[in-house]
Amino acid sequence: MLWEVDIHPAEGQPDLVGRRLAADAADLGLVGLEIRAAVGYLIQGALQLPQIQRIAQELLADSVVEQWVAAPVGDPVLLTPPAGGADGKKQKSQEKSPKNEEAALLPPEGELADTMQPPLSATAFSSSAKPSSAPQQPGHLAPVSCSGHEDVPGDKPGGEKPMPPLFSAEESGPAQTKPGEEQPMVPASCSREGGSAQTEPGEGKPLSGWQSTHQKLPQPEDSRSPTPAQNSALPVGAADSSVLPSFVGEGEIPRSRLIHVLPKPGVMDPVAQSTLAAIRDLGIQVEAVRTLKKYWTSPLTDGQLDLLCTKLLANDAIEQVVLGPLRLERLEIGQPYQFRLITVPIRQMNDAELERLSREGQLFLSLPEMRAIRDYFQQLGRDPTDAELETLAQTWSEHCSHKTLTGRIIYQDPDGQRTFENMLRETIFAATDQVRRRLGSADWCVSVFEDNAGVVQFDEQYHVVFKVETHNHPSALEPYGGANTGIGGVIRDPLGTGLGAKPICNTDVFCFAPPDTPMAEIPRGVLHPRRVFKGVVAGVRDYGNRMGIPTVNGAIYFDRRYLGNPLVYCGTVGLLPKDKAHKEPKPGDLIVAVGGRTGRDGIHGATFSSAELTHQSELLSGGAVQIGNPITEKMLLDVLLEARDRGLYHAITDCGAGGFSSAVGEMGRHIGAEVWLERAPLKYEGLSYTEIWISEAQERMVLSVPPDKWDELEELCRSEGVEATVIGQFVPTGRLTLRYQGHLVADLDMEFLHRGRPRLTRQAVYFPQPSTPIPPEAYRKSNPSEVLLKILGSLNVCSKHWVIRQYDHEVQGGSVIKPLVGRWNDGPSDAAVLRPVLSSYRGLVIACGMNPRYGDLDTYHMAASAIDEAVRNCVAVGADPRRIALLDNFCWGNTDRPETLGSLVRAAIACYDVATALQMPFISGKDSLNNEFRPERGEPIAIPPTLLISALGQVEDVRRCVSMDLKESGNFVYLVGWTEEEMGGSHWGLVEGISGGQVPRVNPQLAGTIFHRLHQAIHQGLVRACHDLSEGGLAVAAAEMAFAGDLGARLALDGMPRPETLQEPMVLLFSESNSRFLCEVRPEAAGDFEHLLADIPFARVGEVTSEPILEITWQGRAVVQSDLTSLKQAWLQPLDW
Amino acid sequence: MALPRVLILRAPGTNCDVETAFAFEKAGAKAERLHVFRLLENPQLCRTYQIFCIPGGFSYGDDIAAGRILANQIRLHLADLLREFVESGKLILGICNGFQVLVKSDVLLPPTQEGLAQATLTWNDSRRFEDRWVRLAVTGRPCVFLEGIQELYLPVAHAEGKFVARDIATLQALESAGLLVLRYARLTGPLRVESQLIPYPENPNGSQANVAGLCDSTGRILGLMPHPERHIDPTHHPHWTRRLSARLEGLSAHCPSPESSPSCFRPPAAEGDGLRLFKNAVRYFA
Repeated sequence: MLWEVDIHPAEGQPDLVGRRLAADAADLGLVGLEIRAAVGYLIQGALQLPQIQRIAQELLADSVVEQWVAAPVGDPVLLTPPAGGADGKKQKSQEKSPKNEEAALLPPEGELADTMQPPLSATAFSSSAKPSSAPQQPGHLAPVSCSGHEDVPGDKPGGEKPMPPLFSAEESGPAQTKPGEEQPMVPASCSREGGSAQTEPGEGKPLSGWQSTHQKLPQPEDSRSPTPAQNSALPVGAADSSVLPSFVGEGEIPRSRLIHVLPKPGVMDPVAQSTLAAIRDLGIQVEAVRTLKKYWTSPLTDGQLDLLCTKLLANDAIEQVVLGPLRLERLEIGQPYQFRLITVPIRQMNDAELERLSREGQLFLSLPEMRAIRDYFQQLGRDPTDAELETLAQTWSEHCSHKTLTGRIIYQDPDGQRTFENMLRETIFAATDQVRRRLGSADWCVSVFEDNAGVVQFDEQYHVVFKVETHNHPSALEPYGGANTGIGGVIRDPLGTGLGAKPICNTDVFCFAPPDTPMAEIPRGVLHPRRVFKGVVAGVRDYGNRMGIPTVNGAIYFDRRYLGNPLVYCGTVGLLPKDKAHKEPKPGDLIVAVGGRTGRDGIHGATFSSAELTHQSELLSGGAVQIGNPITEKMLLDVLLEARDRGLYHAITDCGAGGFSSAVGEMGRHIGAEVWLERAPLKYEGLSYTEIWISEAQERMVLSVPPDKWDELEELCRSEGVEATVIGQFVPTGRLTLRYQGHLVADLDMEFLHRGRPRLTRQAVYFPQPSTPIPPEAYRKSNPSEVLLKILGSLNVCSKHWVIRQYDHEVQGGSVIKPLVGRWNDGPSDAAVLRPVLSSYRGLVIACGMNPRYGDLDTYHMAASAIDEAVRNCVAVGADPRRIALLDNFCWGNTDRPETLGSLVRAAIACYDVATALQMPFISGKDSLNNEFRPERGEPIAIPPTLLISALGQVEDVRRCVSMDLKESGNFVYLVGWTEEEMGGSHWGLVEGISGGQVPRVNPQLAGTIFHRLHQAIHQGLVRACHDLSEGGLAVAAAEMAFAGDLGARLALDGMPRPETLQEPMVLLFSESNSRFLCEVRPEAAGDFEHLLADIPFARVGEVTSEPILEITWQGRAVVQSDLTSLKQAWLQPLDW
Repeated sequence: MALPRVLILRAPGTNCDVETAFAFEKAGAKAERLHVFRLLENPQLCRTYQIFCIPGGFSYGDDIAAGRILANQIRLHLADLLREFVESGKLILGICNGFQVLVKSDVLLPPTQEGLAQATLTWNDSRRFEDRWVRLAVTGRPCVFLEGIQELYLPVAHAEGKFVARDIATLQALESAGLLVLRYARLTGPLRVESQLIPYPENPNGSQANVAGLCDSTGRILGLMPHPERHIDPTHHPHWTRRLSARLEGLSAHCPSPESSPSCFRPPAAEGDGLRLFKNAVRYFA
């Protein structure tokens, strides 16, 4: 039997979900819509009513704030929400006062039990039921006894506004039945035949037929259309076809709606898993559980309904919508799998056929690569199996091999032509090599560009590791799941580094289109950026918070070109004991899969990331989307750290893109591996051997376990409820051999797999636009005080507190400098500082830099500026510039175009130049190419070249760190660094709508000296506050320091270190020249401070005041005079959702 | 007497166990993290401890509702043991998720005559997780953990921390019994237990009566939403950088004028506010 238990807010309790959705719906143009929301649980098992009642009462509902309704699926009682959860306006007034007397006082449990009906005659129930009034109808299988209805329309005590009829499943008309009376809420037709076989209301057979027909939820292939009406077996509006027969199907008539949203079969449903286990803990046997969301809306037309469902309530990539009554009898997914070996006749294929195979098989390999595979199998004299082809496609994918950037590139720029044999090797890696050579015995790098994350020394006991990944394409299709699994995936990177590092903090950087982009400008196949934004933040929040890893640093960048291709960068820092830094699988070791089970999720994620997104991507690659289960990963983390410390394995790696294929193939590349695929634990039946092999199901790691440690490992895992399974063995064959139930399904030479990919030669060119000077009159037209407000309120600069506070940034107890600082805990910190070892004051500093706007002018200076920004953010809080490690993450458009690839090469050259000059090593990096969206019509939209530089700094004693908020009036304010007229790509240009100008450059030698001198000053305790100058330059930095400290400042531009010819106050205020800081210094420390900085440009530009005003003068005249409240409001408000 | 032994309960999804154990150790206790599966296998294990602590986190993912599944496990399998534990004069502390578990397992407040919970912790009015620092006023009956403490400045980090009593009578009964021991307070001005709801974000979740923490009628069980273990060291305080460095103090001719009075604006000198709570627990057994 399949039961449904719905949980509703109790009477008098706010329906927070419904209210929030109604507000979001207003954004879609559905103004005034009312939505009632409930969550439901579908519970399958041979259960009687008392058991369901117990499950609802003891487990699913909170009797203080919730009420429940339970019935067999399809029962009419489930079609109408009970009283309670009143509308938003009314709730608001109620919230102000303590809970009023009208709050649901539920009947005592005993009373319910006493009057309980025998199961067959009372199968529907609710928490507020008065069973004595339950109607009994002969022959009626499921009499409705849901006294939630007793108070419905008009009957509500206390003269409250009656429940609007719009919330019942039908609109109006003669069928309107008063609940609690003889007739259940019937006319909500439960007929399956499209509304024509209408049941007569009151006949007492509303459910005729539903019981005898098995109806499964539509499988994904049946429900690909984003139109909810087609998702449902029931035509829209069928609920009331007897009333408006002639209008059925004419969607222009607004009607109330009941909408169910369910995860598609096979999609991860963590709550259902937990619920199943918890019900069993009650001693009740159940077979399966699935959750659902349920909404009742005020009248909508079909078009509005479609909009609401597709844009707000459900995501077609992972969810299905069922309108009207839910009619299904069983929860089941998966059919038994019948083994059938599939081979692909590649040997006969010509070029056109090879290209078609690559595309339609979602291999996304180039023609030369397909030819190499064909030739290999021609030599072997056999055709490949599908598993072999998939393994090659995954191993050779851009995502896993970075073939573009490690390939041969012939590059041309204004300096001439240069040929790279391995571009990354000769730029980024080469910088690290050079830095390490120069450090000699003082080299503090441990393992760079080798393992899953870069590793550097930290203290006597520990190394630290850092990895930043992107999860762009999945997040474009399903923001919550994409970001969720993005953070989940990158957490497994440190965990899979060395013998396993403990994750200690996360970083998140996002790029979106502006959230106020008009709906009309959203191409088909693209989610609205606001929805993407909210979904991504929620995905990161729910995973990071549940894992207990503080999210301490990040940035959000807005540009219209991210519309079809949002970027989601997730990073994780880990702490690795020094003696656990290296791993090596040994021949004879068992291949052990630990953690989550394997399902059909994420098939083709690795190869999909090589593809351009189109409006059809969600149809093509919906399987690439996954939902994570952070608790599974947390449990995995807990046992793995214990297993690591007990020495139970030789090597570990994560199952990320490419699943087992990638993990086992990579781990065994120097040995050989044999895998027995049927042993992998599956979420459900029906997976083919190839699906098992390439599934990217989350929360899995692969270990190389010596046979004599297996028993202990298995026992340890079992003791904490983590599944561990031997799926194969590393064998010294040099081959990757896969078997399924004894059948050989793949047998590849490791050498060909890892070295057989043909090297590609690509052309790259880059010629930056010559900079066009900004005419002086443009400056004169601009009003500095207004510009300052506009920049503070611009999306990139404004406060991200709405996001930051949703992340737990203090868990693990090591927080030192938080992301929000200052007197009111709301100023923008330059970097985060934390103590990973609670008994020590040695600290880590985490910051980032990114400025895609500069890349529009010259990607060289964009990259140089990003490094400078990341480093100066670290230095500003006190990091030692001799111990800053860098990470690069390139997100670019389609690098098949020579000029796009050229812009990337040019950025990589800048990385080399600046990193070597600053003597800071790159320790890890990642690239994501082909970030373009191809709309139905028109040109592809490419993202702007986007290089994220993450910086991991260290500080000897965190008690010497400083924050950016002004501290005391009377202190001096210094500007450190050199200002040029560098307004190209600036935020002044952005808010004033002016292009052109010189892009900010970096003088790395000067920058290095500035960083060292400033660090000395901070280290010596001479600096009270320090803030870097970035978007918006001096004026924005000064404003932020002032309102964060709740203190004013009076500054003069006249003394700023600059070329003599630079006399334009607008430039001095808003230029974005690099390597600059504002410092607050006590008068008594000024002498020492100035002495320390003697060999770098600096000037005392003003002082801190107690008046809440920021005043900036030029030649004695105030050019900016703003009160702190308005500055702060402008900054706080735009994303204060 | 030997150092009191603390059982820090760990369940799938618990994630503040390490720093909570550290806080207890720093206060002078001996803390051990124990998985709930071990305790379910052998409930008698708890007898060797003097303090039972359920730390923060997302036990079982907070699936269904925050703390619900772990609370059910405790209610079904460990309730008697914990009752005995407290009756024998021992202490129980629940922080954040641990507080949610203590409330929902009926350990902290006995159920009504009808077997229903007296109160719950439910979704914040903002309906989202929020991490922010709050000022707390201590009031009500004596509670071991809060002895000698009038005011605390601690961070909250939760999505489901809104305290709601079953009805107004229950709320009044809890209040007059002095069990509503921790209240969110206004950030500025003299410390007061406000009779009215104070506005967001000072009351970060809309809790009735501004309740941030509850104790039981013995004063030996405390549950609270804020995280005392996150304010142990002076550098945890969000404003610690506003204090002068040792070097500047040396340079200064005069001491800086202290900031206005509330503790949230007065960075601690020696230790974080939260540590006092753990020290009280240890001192109780001294």
